[in-house]
Amino acid sequence: MRKSSMSVQELPGATAYRPTPPPAWQPRTDPAPLLPDPEPYRVLGTQAAGAVDPELLRRLYRELVRGRRYNTQATALTKQGRLAVYPSSTGQEACEVAAALALEERDWLFPSYRDTLAAVARGLDPVQALTLLRGDWHTGYDPREHRIAPLCTPLATQLPHAVGLAHAARLKGDDVVALAMVGDGGTSEGDFHEALNFAAVWQAPVVFLVQNNGFAISVPLAKQTAAPSLAHKAVGYGMPGRLVDGNDAAAVHEVLADAVARARRGGGPTLIEAVTYRIDAHTNADDATRYRGESEVETWRAHDPIRLLERELTERGLIDDDGVKAAADAAETMAATLRERMNADPVLDPMDLFEHVYAEQTGQLREQAAQLRAELDAEGETR
Amino acid sequence: MSTAAVQQPAGVKPATMAQALQRAMHDAMADDPSVHVLGEDVGTLGGVFRVTDGLAAEFGDDRCTDTPLAEAGILGTAVGMAMYGLRPVVEMQFDAFAYPAFEQLISHVARMRNRTRGGMPLPITVRVPYGGGIGGVEHHSDSSEAYYMATPGLHVVTPATVEDAYGLLREAIASDDPVVFLEPKRLYWSKAPWSPDAPAAVEPIGRAAVRRPGRSATLITYGPSVPVCMEAAEAATAEGWDLEVVDLRSLVPFDDETVCAAVRRTGRAVVVHESTGFGGPGGEIAARVTERCFHHLQAPVLRVAGFDIPYPPPMLERHHLPGVDRVLDAVARLQWEAES
Repeated sequence: MRKSSMSVQELPGATAYRPTPPPAWQPRTDPAPLLPDPEPYRVLGTQAAGAVDPELLRRLYRELVRGRRYNTQATALTKQGRLAVYPSSTGQEACEVAAALALEERDWLFPSYRDTLAAVARGLDPVQALTLLRGDWHTGYDPREHRIAPLCTPLATQLPHAVGLAHAARLKGDDVVALAMVGDGGTSEGDFHEALNFAAVWQAPVVFLVQNNGFAISVPLAKQTAAPSLAHKAVGYGMPGRLVDGNDAAAVHEVLADAVARARRGGGPTLIEAVTYRIDAHTNADDATRYRGESEVETWRAHDPIRLLERELTERGLIDDDGVKAAADAAETMAATLRERMNADPVLDPMDLFEHVYAEQTGQLREQAAQLRAELDAEGETR
Repeated sequence: MSTAAVQQPAGVKPATMAQALQRAMHDAMADDPSVHVLGEDVGTLGGVFRVTDGLAAEFGDDRCTDTPLAEAGILGTAVGMAMYGLRPVVEMQFDAFAYPAFEQLISHVARMRNRTRGGMPLPITVRVPYGGGIGGVEHHSDSSEAYYMATPGLHVVTPATVEDAYGLLREAIASDDPVVFLEPKRLYWSKAPWSPDAPAAVEPIGRAAVRRPGRSATLITYGPSVPVCMEAAEAATAEGWDLEVVDLRSLVPFDDETVCAAVRRTGRAVVVHESTGFGGPGGEIAARVTERCFHHLQAPVLRVAGFDIPYPPPMLERHHLPGVDRVLDAVARLQWEAES
């Protein structure tokens, strides 16, 4: 409350004050249509599920089952020393699978290190996808061949790459969309902000999928942001934010497909927050009991993405016991093959260390390569 | 017709380094539609140093783009553009303003070729105006080359002449590897006779140039310190010293051959740069020379560098920057008494 009601004009000695109206101001974008729904969008168990193509639901189901098995198999491989580390996406398979299935072949996927499954669901060879985590090289596949960027470890740094690639595609007249994946922790990084801002300014055909799995290693979302939701962050950049149940594969697929279609027709970027939960620890090297209780995990297990979809399919008679068994068998076959292939030691050539640093080796790299060559030869002689 | 007139045909006027750099980008863009320039103020304004002057007008905003003010975003989006087959030329407005882009540069630009076993090289040129001597306030005069040199996967190039500014930038843009292209700010307005219509071909990135032959000692230098060394060499003649000046042009790859051949000829060497001495490029250069030319050396390799202090305010920078006197003092300490 102002203590004095005296205006400037009434101040003793003041000359008459005639305010000049400032230049007209108006919001540059109407924020209302950009706001996310008040709660996560759901399809399974609602009337909307009836409108989804049953074949899509069955396909999502098969991929979820396969994806879960991939996660458990990869985690088992860490215990056998066949993988250096594995960040599991168990509980998040709906996001991983939907991301892969929402894209056309010509589109690009920009996964983070927890998104091996999305790459595999997109068709990448399961062993090639694990190269980084096995440690025999950094990226085990040709990104251009699969249109899958390398699994990215520094958080959110792949998001500007997705924006730049989408922008370049649009400049070239190609109707290619980039889908960039990041976690809740990654939204605190500066690159998240810069990528979303560039995307919106350039109206780049890019979709940002944030998997809010509750934790950045041990730090819960409450310590990560004070935003109403991560999806709300979109409004500040002038792009729509969508909030979706990340364990509802049909909902995630629909929201992603809508955003991809919108980007493809020139409508610009979308930020999607998929609310999900990381059932496993951060990686096999992490101990989740130090920062969360089992009862919380159990609550989320009850909202399991595979069970949600299976219930929808069985209750509506879209899958029978044979179908469920066939999906499980296919997953088992994949796991057995993966196990077998990963049990073979990769053949490594240490001289590869000097290849691909530059297009042509520099003089000093040639010298160092010769040094290693001599060491290897000496090793061979003493062996 | 005089000899000079033969070497400089009619129409060759003095051009500045900034003009030669602009012309290099212009010609690269005209030759190759995949070359895109992006950065802060590079479009309508033509860059704060006017190095991109006219490019947006000629090639359009999609080829020469004013970006949001965010260096990590600029370089990060350039990575994506390169992944899709474009050849981005990024301008970092000042040396110290390139630091927000370090993570993109070090974790992605420098490593992507290696990470993907050559599957996805990134032909990105990162132009960085660097160095002091322009009266800039804090954050406008850093010599950041040592940071870049310490990162495998990057080429680090810096011109010292108008002709090299054009030739080396063309080479950088044409390179399939990422190049950090360091532009000495205080040489932007240096002039030399140069014809944009018949630019001389330069050697590929990685070759040093002997700017002045000499027999007494070798000054090894680059970028903004090249003219300082040339001046010092002229002044040294009064002392009876005939100094050789080697302009490195490229810090990575490093031209051991040219540098060591020069040092073997003279038997004495001084490395001169603005960057700090401790942890600076001079230590690496002195070590390489000593390892390769030890038995030719008449004296330890000396360094004349910026002091190991944060870059000083403009009213004190002249005390920090290596000048002619400091270079000559170092030359005087090259154990000449042993010869007499």
